[in-house]
Amino acid sequence: MAETTHAEARASDHPTVGHVVPFRVLATVWLALLALTVVTVEVAGVDIGNFNLGVAMAIATVKATLVLLYFMHMRYDRPMNAIVFVAALLFVALFVSIALLDTRAYKPDLIPGYAPGITR
Amino acid sequence: MTNSKGESVAEAHGGHLAHHFDTAEQQFESGKLGMWIFLATEILLFGGLFCAYAVYRSSHPEIFLYAHRYLDKTLGAINTAVLICSSFTMAWAVRCAQLGRRKALVRLLAATIALAGCFLGIKYVEYEHKWKEGLLWGKRFHAKLEQPAAPVVASPVPTPSVNPEERSLIAPAAEGPKGLAKPGQRPLWETGTGGPPKNLQTFFAVYFTMTGLHGIHVIAGMVLLTLMLLRARRGEFGPAYFTPVDLAGLYWHLVDLVWIYLFPLLYLIR
Repeated sequence: MAETTHAEARASDHPTVGHVVPFRVLATVWLALLALTVVTVEVAGVDIGNFNLGVAMAIATVKATLVLLYFMHMRYDRPMNAIVFVAALLFVALFVSIALLDTRAYKPDLIPGYAPGITR
Repeated sequence: MTNSKGESVAEAHGGHLAHHFDTAEQQFESGKLGMWIFLATEILLFGGLFCAYAVYRSSHPEIFLYAHRYLDKTLGAINTAVLICSSFTMAWAVRCAQLGRRKALVRLLAATIALAGCFLGIKYVEYEHKWKEGLLWGKRFHAKLEQPAAPVVASPVPTPSVNPEERSLIAPAAEGPKGLAKPGQRPLWETGTGGPPKNLQTFFAVYFTMTGLHGIHVIAGMVLLTLMLLRARRGEFGPAYFTPVDLAGLYWHLVDLVWIYLFPLLYLIR
């Protein structure tokens, strides 16, 4: 186990396992998440073309990383937990990107405004 | 795994150490790894839905662009903030459990459950509105959509083929490219003269499936946290044993994680 845990174990009230995240860190992450929510709503109001989706996903990923690292203790955990979780994310990424490979190969609407393929 | 402190740690845990573990640390880490594997399967479960979303949106962006305006962006943002706050109270509750602050733990778990209820309440308001407006999936979709002011003089009408039974959308060769969509021509719904794009129900099918599955997870999380609250009130958790609170917390944060992606993908399309 990490050095910190042993150091904390010596203190009277502290647990012998796991890591206690300082309150200040939790509160900072909380405020950052709220601020990023405001940012993502504001950015969605500005038209930057195809970048809107990218920016929204980037902000969501920063938020998710903050939750994972601090709220879910991933930063202080054993790496095995992170490996399992990131592996799942990679498989989802593989799934989505292969499914999206040929979507551009279809004509979305032969007649503008209509999608005959689904209508019938 | 047996360190010099192993023996004393096991005793200090007051019978919480199961016989098949050497140390409390080993037990704690095993429990956590198991939970993370479960969370990985949850990611794969939602991953399928995110994949469906990506495929539908990439082939029919106009449906998503048009239909997302029927979602209330403000309510969605408030719900995001509510879930973030609940994640914070949950992380704080785990901290209190670790430090043996029983009263604070009970209060923070209650706050987390209350915020989860708040989320579902707002979700109910949103669902009810869509139900009344007929903004639903598949054949249930019966919304009265804004129609073009003047009847559209449909220039790009499908050219009737020779055989009406075999309605090919590609014009007969003699008429050349007239029947084909002209490249660069803006779709009807975009020009302002046309009505809404067809098949809007696709968006609402995606919306209800994704938020519905997420909502089921919120309910499951509330049940789990209520159990934790009852156990915390009996004083079962403290510095020596807090694993169940920690694992319930991990589950709750995952519910938050999924929503962090759902909110921009459904409400903030541009």
